[in-house]
Amino acid sequence: MELRAPESISFAQTSFCPGCGHGIVSRLIGEVMEEMGLTEKLLTVVDVACSSLHIDTWKFDTVIAAHGRPIATATGVKKIRRENPVLAYLGDGAAYSIGIAETMHAALRNDNVVTIIINNGVFGMTGGQMAPTSLAGQKTTTSPKGRDVSKTGQPFDVVKVMGSLDIPYLARGSVSNLGDIRRTKKYIKKAFEKHMNNEGFCLVEILSPCPTNLGMAPVACSERIDGVVKELFNTGEYIDKEGTK
Amino acid sequence: MEYVLMKGNEALAEAAIRAGCRFYSGYPITPQTEILEYLSWRMDEVGGEFVQTESELGGINMMLGASAAGARVIGSSSGPGFSLFQEGISYLVAADLPAVLVDVMRYGNGLGDIGQSQGDYWQLTRGGGHGDYRTIVLAPNSVQENVDLTHLAFDLAEKYRHPVIIGSDAAIGQMMEKVALPEMEEHDIDKFHWSMKGCKKGEEQKKITNLLYYMDNYDEFLANKYKEMEDNEQRWESMEVEDAEVVLVSYGISSRVCKEAVKVARSQGIKLGLIRPISLWPYPIKAFEELSDSCKALMTVEMNILGQMVDDVILATGNKYPVYKYTTVKDVPETEVIIEKANKILSGGEV
Amino acid sequence: MMEIISAGFGGQGVLTAGLILAKVAMDNGKNVTWIPSYGSEMRGGTANCGVKISDDEIASPFVKNIDVLIAMNGPSIDKFEKNMKPDGILIVNSSMVKDRQYRDDIKVVEVLANDIAHEANNPRGVNIVILGAFIKATNLLDKDTFAKGIENFFADKGKVNPANQVCFEMGYNSVEN
Repeated sequence: MELRAPESISFAQTSFCPGCGHGIVSRLIGEVMEEMGLTEKLLTVVDVACSSLHIDTWKFDTVIAAHGRPIATATGVKKIRRENPVLAYLGDGAAYSIGIAETMHAALRNDNVVTIIINNGVFGMTGGQMAPTSLAGQKTTTSPKGRDVSKTGQPFDVVKVMGSLDIPYLARGSVSNLGDIRRTKKYIKKAFEKHMNNEGFCLVEILSPCPTNLGMAPVACSERIDGVVKELFNTGEYIDKEGTK
Repeated sequence: MEYVLMKGNEALAEAAIRAGCRFYSGYPITPQTEILEYLSWRMDEVGGEFVQTESELGGINMMLGASAAGARVIGSSSGPGFSLFQEGISYLVAADLPAVLVDVMRYGNGLGDIGQSQGDYWQLTRGGGHGDYRTIVLAPNSVQENVDLTHLAFDLAEKYRHPVIIGSDAAIGQMMEKVALPEMEEHDIDKFHWSMKGCKKGEEQKKITNLLYYMDNYDEFLANKYKEMEDNEQRWESMEVEDAEVVLVSYGISSRVCKEAVKVARSQGIKLGLIRPISLWPYPIKAFEELSDSCKALMTVEMNILGQMVDDVILATGNKYPVYKYTTVKDVPETEVIIEKANKILSGGEV
Repeated sequence: MMEIISAGFGGQGVLTAGLILAKVAMDNGKNVTWIPSYGSEMRGGTANCGVKISDDEIASPFVKNIDVLIAMNGPSIDKFEKNMKPDGILIVNSSMVKDRQYRDDIKVVEVLANDIAHEANNPRGVNIVILGAFIKATNLLDKDTFAKGIENFFADKGKVNPANQVCFEMGYNSVEN
């Protein structure tokens, strides 16, 4: 059997944990770039957390931005490199907690960047603390008795918060099973197509397993997404229209 | 020379445009808002990019991206907003990226007050953010210097791949004076080998991040960079220092009054001199080598409570002379008071 | 060195009056500084600016000892009259300020600026009337040079209005020798 993957994402060892979803998303991005003929043009901005590990595992020009600021930084890159596709890639802690202002205002300005947000329900790099996306009752190192929504509020749902904004594209995918992986790739591709058409802010959130911090076996961790997480965070395309640009 | 009458803030903004700067992202705060307002239409006119961001945090991190892409970028703020810049300044330093940042200083801790002040000296000259760094800090004392030093700041930022700060103040920013503007200069975003362009097959990928991760001799590299700045970028103006008995040390708006005080004092037979640091970092230590045996004391004249620049004068002179301070907090110092204090120093009285 | 404060309500053109003084003086080889009151000081409808005009270098742009005070309303006099130098000149818009006692060590020039501007069919030219009176009272520059300067100032902004010259002339002539 021949194994095949885009050169842009397969030239080095990754340092992601076994069963982590980041590597799958990396491959999807690489494939989409290859199919669109954009491999040599993509400029990426990643967050300092687990997302930052991509800098050594894909071969795109990359900035590691400050925690929570990749979207703002990507906007800065795009404003100067107007012909290049520009991707902001970050986790849920970065995008919805410390960087919520940057995320929201990039969308309000309809900044022309593709944003991929990995939703794994925890702060991964720092060891599994509660994130805005942690589920009610979820045990983490900062919610050892389970997330108490009476104190922490409800999990952050990007579709509810940003679903009514005037942006061209908002979708939620998952890398927890083969069908979802295929659909997620389509979402990523559509986001880049709209981006190259200068339509504006395109956001794809991706549900992704973090076996290490959830203390689960990789397969079980993916099954949890399909079983429990998707009950709250439904996958699909939520905004798909021509943008304002 | 053709002069125009311009506000300090607007002249600085125009100087940035003429230095080839095509990216600004910022947020309103008095007394720097004219820079934001001016560039909101001027960037458009020259095909540049202007973004009014959600905060200075968003602004500085957006600038970082534009800088990584090869543009000449500028940001401006004052006190409270400049504190929010600190995160990004530390990241710019870490990633070896050029940027020009302007602090139009206002007075005080916390919200403080919108009046002119020189209270951010320590923040500007000691790094300001987390980590282990300095930035070149240039202190204009006129609208003309707002223009000249802005142009210089871009060149130095590029030369050292490092943020350069302009420490202006509300008086310089708000006042109008005659000013000669330089010719328009073009900047080529493709001229740097290190900037983001897209990674062609067979090329090395650009990694814009903390140099620490990929450089074996990072400590040596960084130490050498600052050594080079200290050797080459000290800037100052001296006035009647050779035979002075009391040497004033002052920058920015205060230094203009000190100049007047030196002239008035000399006409009264009092030997006053002035060292005006133009670079607040690297501190112009070389200027103090010109002090002669006739020097009996130095006195900083600055607009804050604690006398922040006193530290650097003591460091520069190695405790050889007593160093006094005349601090005026929010008001511009007075010529008469400077001379009165100099007289007290010379007669051995309390200052 | 001449130190000037131009003060009044927002909308009376006091900042522009100061700006014209600074610009015309600069164009005639003088060093000048102009600095406005700003921020929360501006709230409540009063505005002022300080102008310094000198053959030498100017130190601080802030006016402390006033040679000439342009006062377009009463509160400006309340605020600044005490800071005037002895023998200083106070130019008062007497359309706005009436029946008032002034310091006896200053020269007070009363100008019915609103009335004159109205008569010149240029109600927005109140500040130009005042500048006419200013030039007559101070001899800062000769009349024709300054009149030309005003014309250039507005021409640069693309706002030429012949009524401004009328206002200037009438303001100038309203001051007795």
